[in-house]
Amino acid sequence: MTVVNHSDERANHFSNALLDVLRRVQSGWRTIVILVPFAWLLIFFLAPFIVIAKISLAEVVIASPPFTRMIEWTDNGIMTIRIVFDNFLYIFDDDLYSRTYVNSLKVSIISTFFCLLIGYPMAYGIIRSGPLAKKMLLFAIILPFWTSFLLRVYAWMGLLADQGTINNILIWLGIIDDPVRMLYTEFAVYIGIIYTYLPFMILPLYANMEKLDQTLNEAAADLGSQPTNTFFKITLPLTVPGIIAGSLLVFIPATGEYIVPDLLGGGNVQMIGRLLYNEFSRNVDWPVASAVAIVLLFLLVLPMAIYQYYQGKAAEQ
Amino acid sequence: MNRNRSRFLSIMLTVGLIFLYVPMILLVIYSFNFSKLVPVWGGWSTRWYSVLFQSEDVWSAVLLSLKIAVINATFATLLGTLAGLAMVRFGRFRLRTLFGSMLVAPLVMPEIITGLSLLVFFISLKQLIGWPTERGFTTITIAHITFSLAYVAVIIQARLTGMDQNLEEAALDLGAKPFKVLTAITLPRLAPGMVAGWLLAFTLSLDDLVIASFVTGPGANTLPILIFSRIRLGLRPDINALATIIILFVAICVAIAALIMFRQQRRQELDEAIAAREMS
Amino acid sequence: MVGQQATGVQDISETPWLDKDADSLVRIKGITKKFGEFTAVNNVDLDIYQGELFCLLGGSGCGKTTLLRMLAGFETPTSGSILIDGIDMSEVPPYERPTNMMFQSYALFPHMTVEKNIAFGLKQDKLPNSEIDDRIDGILKLVELQDYKKRRPQQLSGGQRQRVALARALVKEPKLLLLDEPLAALDKKLRKQTQFELANIQEQVGITFVVVTHDQEEAMTLSSRIAVMDKGEFVQTGTPTEIYEFPDSRFIADFIGSANILDGQIVKDGTDHVRVSTELGEIYIDHGQSIKEGSPVWVAIRPEKIHLSKNAPKKSGPNQAVGMVDDIGYLGNTSIYKIRLADDRIIDVTAPNQIRPKNRTHLITWEDKIYLHWDASSAMLLNK
Repeated sequence: MTVVNHSDERANHFSNALLDVLRRVQSGWRTIVILVPFAWLLIFFLAPFIVIAKISLAEVVIASPPFTRMIEWTDNGIMTIRIVFDNFLYIFDDDLYSRTYVNSLKVSIISTFFCLLIGYPMAYGIIRSGPLAKKMLLFAIILPFWTSFLLRVYAWMGLLADQGTINNILIWLGIIDDPVRMLYTEFAVYIGIIYTYLPFMILPLYANMEKLDQTLNEAAADLGSQPTNTFFKITLPLTVPGIIAGSLLVFIPATGEYIVPDLLGGGNVQMIGRLLYNEFSRNVDWPVASAVAIVLLFLLVLPMAIYQYYQGKAAEQ
Repeated sequence: MNRNRSRFLSIMLTVGLIFLYVPMILLVIYSFNFSKLVPVWGGWSTRWYSVLFQSEDVWSAVLLSLKIAVINATFATLLGTLAGLAMVRFGRFRLRTLFGSMLVAPLVMPEIITGLSLLVFFISLKQLIGWPTERGFTTITIAHITFSLAYVAVIIQARLTGMDQNLEEAALDLGAKPFKVLTAITLPRLAPGMVAGWLLAFTLSLDDLVIASFVTGPGANTLPILIFSRIRLGLRPDINALATIIILFVAICVAIAALIMFRQQRRQELDEAIAAREMS
Repeated sequence: MVGQQATGVQDISETPWLDKDADSLVRIKGITKKFGEFTAVNNVDLDIYQGELFCLLGGSGCGKTTLLRMLAGFETPTSGSILIDGIDMSEVPPYERPTNMMFQSYALFPHMTVEKNIAFGLKQDKLPNSEIDDRIDGILKLVELQDYKKRRPQQLSGGQRQRVALARALVKEPKLLLLDEPLAALDKKLRKQTQFELANIQEQVGITFVVVTHDQEEAMTLSSRIAVMDKGEFVQTGTPTEIYEFPDSRFIADFIGSANILDGQIVKDGTDHVRVSTELGEIYIDHGQSIKEGSPVWVAIRPEKIHLSKNAPKKSGPNQAVGMVDDIGYLGNTSIYKIRLADDRIIDVTAPNQIRPKNRTHLITWEDKIYLHWDASSAMLLNK
């Protein structure tokens, strides 16, 4: 038996405590795995939304930051909470905003429809290809996704301009004498959105179709169904989840699109993304810009929830 | 090869692919145009490439973009992998639904909203705690990690779901401690997904214009910001040259990826052949 | 150690469960596992002894796999305890348990060779490399895969993968080897062959096996004892012979093999037999237990225990019936006869085809009038 002096005991105590902590960390690694990305998203994704929601309820002032505080202490220690719905009223009153929202939705819905119209047969065509062709085609669809979005939009500027490739060809062919105005029109915006978002439509459709049992078609044919009938009675209903996923994946970002209307639409096509950006960078009216963003978010919350629901269902399978 | 594909589907595929590729091919061709007016052909030339290479702000923008992209990809892969693991392997935990929603939302959230909210957040944060002192490299990187990690998490979740969970249990059963299971079994199995996630995060970061424009500060121009400020005013032949280089770069990377996948498939087919021989 | 209760002719060391004083290797006490509202395993008690090949048999969702996973440590019991070698396993994580598991999917690490897969567990024990090599060589010899060390799992046939999975679990020399449907992924012919191999290997290494299976033939061939599970509970535990010949409920009689089950009532409880009145008339049954007269009972008769005859018996009596051949299922070695009785009741009878039929026609054919009889020792009396 050795005599343990006080400091030794304390050291012992300390190392035991350390061991305990280490053990807890060992078993707590699970908590860390959850906590780190969760905390990141809470701080840099959720918190910013709360902040703009708050600012959308403030008044604009000429200061830095250019908005009033929601909670203030008056000199005699009374807390005042200032919530102003003026920004939202302003948006709803002003014809410009409501027209822009409606126009954004219109452009977005029509573009989504055309993406589906072009994308569905393409996805179905890929499914019906041989194994090697299938892989090559899939690569061909994914490849543009990896190249710059901005440059793909830029490519159309060259095609659609008054002195652009299309006009040049048409004039050379003698079909037209003077260039047709295409760039900086709504038409250009449609082309741009369909062009850039087409892969987003094709890929979910392909993923959905690939899971389909190909013998279903054979079974239908065996039971006497013509190919067209089989398509409308068997294939189309079973690919509805793919259609929904693809459509939402085009519709949601297209509604808030900024680059395409700015580069291809110029000042002639008002879409909410562009308006928001301008509101923000030129007028520095943060409360109104925040309110515009919140309204856009509300418009898109339902489609986003539907998309998430389908994603969750797909993940379960 | 196409015995099951009707003529209509073949035509749609062809037309669709022409639609996807012709604009980019023209973009490349016009980069070699001598003329200053992009769509007016003035003979072959590489003059716009030399203009491009002499432009100092292009170089500094490329450098900044690459720096952000690499750091973003690395952190996003790390965080996204953790998030994917938490979602697939941990069963139910508190606030799982909220966590799941926050992991999907950045994928579909319009960039304009994400960008605006992050900027306002950074400014409020500066008021509150004095950080970030200036916007630019740091704020762009943080913004990029936030949405990139969601993409990585999707890839990791898909890979984990396809992975036999018994593998991890088998390793535990054979005496490996949880951390060892992670490093010896889970991570090696996840490696291809993590590489894919890294590349995706890298590309997303290089590609982003809207969010970066919001959260950047004076002087910090990423490549997309620079390109955008130039093409807003019209067609620029030097941008065609830059686009050609980027497209070439991406094409080479994708070709390499395709080759790797092709070889993996070959190996798999070979394995199956060997296994089939063992059966008889 | 020698038990007084040993009544059988078997050596007591082969049947430790009959020995009241024998120490069990695994003791499961009142184990319950709930998943939310669903009770997967309900208050189960079990002792498993050293050297046994114990089968948990049951349909899907009966709780057998959950029980196995609790033994391995992948599931935590809601209540109750598991002792292995006298040590409570509640707080012991899977990686510290003296058990190893062979998974139904085999769970071979696809990024490691056969050799690395088998070495994995040994490396976790920090064994010296030379010993690891020796043990890998030894175990590969046992499963006859010496030449496949450098192969990856994807390059092996199903049967070979199964053997690698077995080797990987066995090489750690666990006290208890847990096998989850070990043969389910193999095709039928290979499965039959492997059943015997598995039993042989178990005998050679002397490790206690707990096997989960839904295949009763597999369970009967392999095991020293079987526990039949249903809805999270043990219905009956016993040797294959006990389970088959002495089922203690209609469920078991019907689940294991097939049986003609008749409702009946005790007429008289004699000294060496009971008389039960059933739809088939009065049945005499030799038995050892006494049942109160008048209580409802069931009589089960296995199809192969009934004799068929085209000739009427010399004298009428109990354990006899007459009917008409309604249908015949010809299996080659045996035939199943569906005999329709006067009250339209169908009785199944199986009989071996011992005589090669002349002129390619069988002795017994459709619509034949046929007499059935069975021994008093063949019928089984069930009271639940």
